[in-house]
Amino acid sequence: MAGAVRLAAASVVGALGLLTLFLLREGAAVWVQVGPGHFLLGQEWAPLAAPPRLGIRPLLLGSALVGALAAVVAVGLGLLAAIYLAEEAPPRLAGLAAPLIALLAATPSVVMGFLGLQVVAPLVQRLGGAPTGQSALAAAVVVGVMALPTVVALGQDALRAVPMSLREASLALGADRLHTLTRAVLPAAAPGLAAAAVLGLGRVVGETMVVLMLAGNAPQAPASPLDPVATLPAVIAAEMGETVRGSTHQAALFAMGLVLLAVTWALYTVAGWLGLGGGGQGRP
Amino acid sequence: MRRDSRLRLVLATAAALALAPALVVLVLVVGRGAPALWQLAAATGGLGLPKELAAAAAGTLWLVAGTAAAVLPLGVATAIHLSEYAPNRAGAAVRRSLELLAGVPSVVYGLFGMAVFVVWCGLGVSALAGSLTLALCSLPVVVRACEEALQRVPATYREASLALGVGRGQTVRRVILPTALPGILTAALLALGRAAGETAPILFTAAVFYTARPPASPLDPVMALPYHLYVSSSELVGSDPRQQWAAALLLLLLGFVPALPSLWRGPGRGGR
Repeated sequence: MAGAVRLAAASVVGALGLLTLFLLREGAAVWVQVGPGHFLLGQEWAPLAAPPRLGIRPLLLGSALVGALAAVVAVGLGLLAAIYLAEEAPPRLAGLAAPLIALLAATPSVVMGFLGLQVVAPLVQRLGGAPTGQSALAAAVVVGVMALPTVVALGQDALRAVPMSLREASLALGADRLHTLTRAVLPAAAPGLAAAAVLGLGRVVGETMVVLMLAGNAPQAPASPLDPVATLPAVIAAEMGETVRGSTHQAALFAMGLVLLAVTWALYTVAGWLGLGGGGQGRP
Repeated sequence: MRRDSRLRLVLATAAALALAPALVVLVLVVGRGAPALWQLAAATGGLGLPKELAAAAAGTLWLVAGTAAAVLPLGVATAIHLSEYAPNRAGAAVRRSLELLAGVPSVVYGLFGMAVFVVWCGLGVSALAGSLTLALCSLPVVVRACEEALQRVPATYREASLALGVGRGQTVRRVILPTALPGILTAALLALGRAAGETAPILFTAAVFYTARPPASPLDPVMALPYHLYVSSSELVGSDPRQQWAAALLLLLLGFVPALPSLWRGPGRGGR
């Protein structure tokens, strides 16, 4: 028993090693031939041009724009909602919210992308954006919504972990509720809330299907949120099926996977430092 | 007092805005999916689904069955190791690995599955390669939820069994696993429901949009619901919208219904 389960546990560590190793190996051609500088900072992503131009700067900018806009929705709205549900809402209301949050968490990303095409893209189109409404803004709104359950659930956990005696002491000293919230409860819960925000961002960065379906997939440096953009995960998903095995184009997509992995792991490490394990709750 | 009520208003508005999307999802997907599904079923002259939708649903069930076969033994064994044999320091490397695996974006799992299962192992684009990729993808969720289920077994059970002179292995097999079984099943359902809806991991490992006949072996590519919805809604022009809504409803059900037991088991999330 002990031996068998230890073997299983060891294979988990092995899987992680293998994952990193294969991403490095399959992308090696790009790191060597194109070089990290030209790859990461290159202005143009035109893998099918002759010669191919493999610069992912426009994709990084696209990812950053979608990520920043989505963070406003996920973190801004998510943390405020968590504070309301944990601190202010009547328990019955908070109890009603839980299944709704779970429903959102359980909705597959392809369904969210589909609903985005039906609902959000037409709205953005009316705002005067891209002809089909497929834009950084449309993708970001839906991606932000997808990361909401992570932020709301973990944020509530962080607030509920603050001892009741802290609130009682503050109220007993004559502080009003606002003061108690901002000066006693929030500082105590700050590391947990920050971790919830960072883990929400982790979901945002890796989200693939929603961006693939809603962002318009135009690998160009965006000038406005209403422009179509492409992000790292969306380009990997869109182009992998059309690459020739062993080509530098394919290697570039694997190298992008490694960049994506580095970014999400950095975020999860920060969340870990902030005192909250990057557990299995939310993966894009 | 006025400051208080203004604060409460801001917070309540934010909460309402945060919960609204869930209601929109529910109302739209059920409101448009259910009639679509009904009409499509009626058009087949009975209870069936149109051919492509039925094939995609069957493909998804095959993928999930394969995922379950791969991830459950590995995940439960790992959880037992962490919970019963290597608490705290000894399991640190495994725990750290699981945290990092949980953070891997699904499309990166797709890349890995393609490089390892499709090409390196020579499985080709196949249901088997897709299942293995999905298994890896859901491994962190399975382990974490199973570990929580094992932790909920009262320590007195362990102590009583050990005090009776029963060995560790026997204690785990006869006392702990049976007690934790409902929790483990709940965890498995949650994880498999999620796996059913994943698109990115099967994009280049398993899924095709159309197969003329049902797959004959695990080494054949399969149709799958998430991929079907993706292609028909955003790549094909002029496919039947009823099929898209019906697929969305089926996917929502596949994701949410298996998650219900873990919801009812109370706030198991993080709270121990």
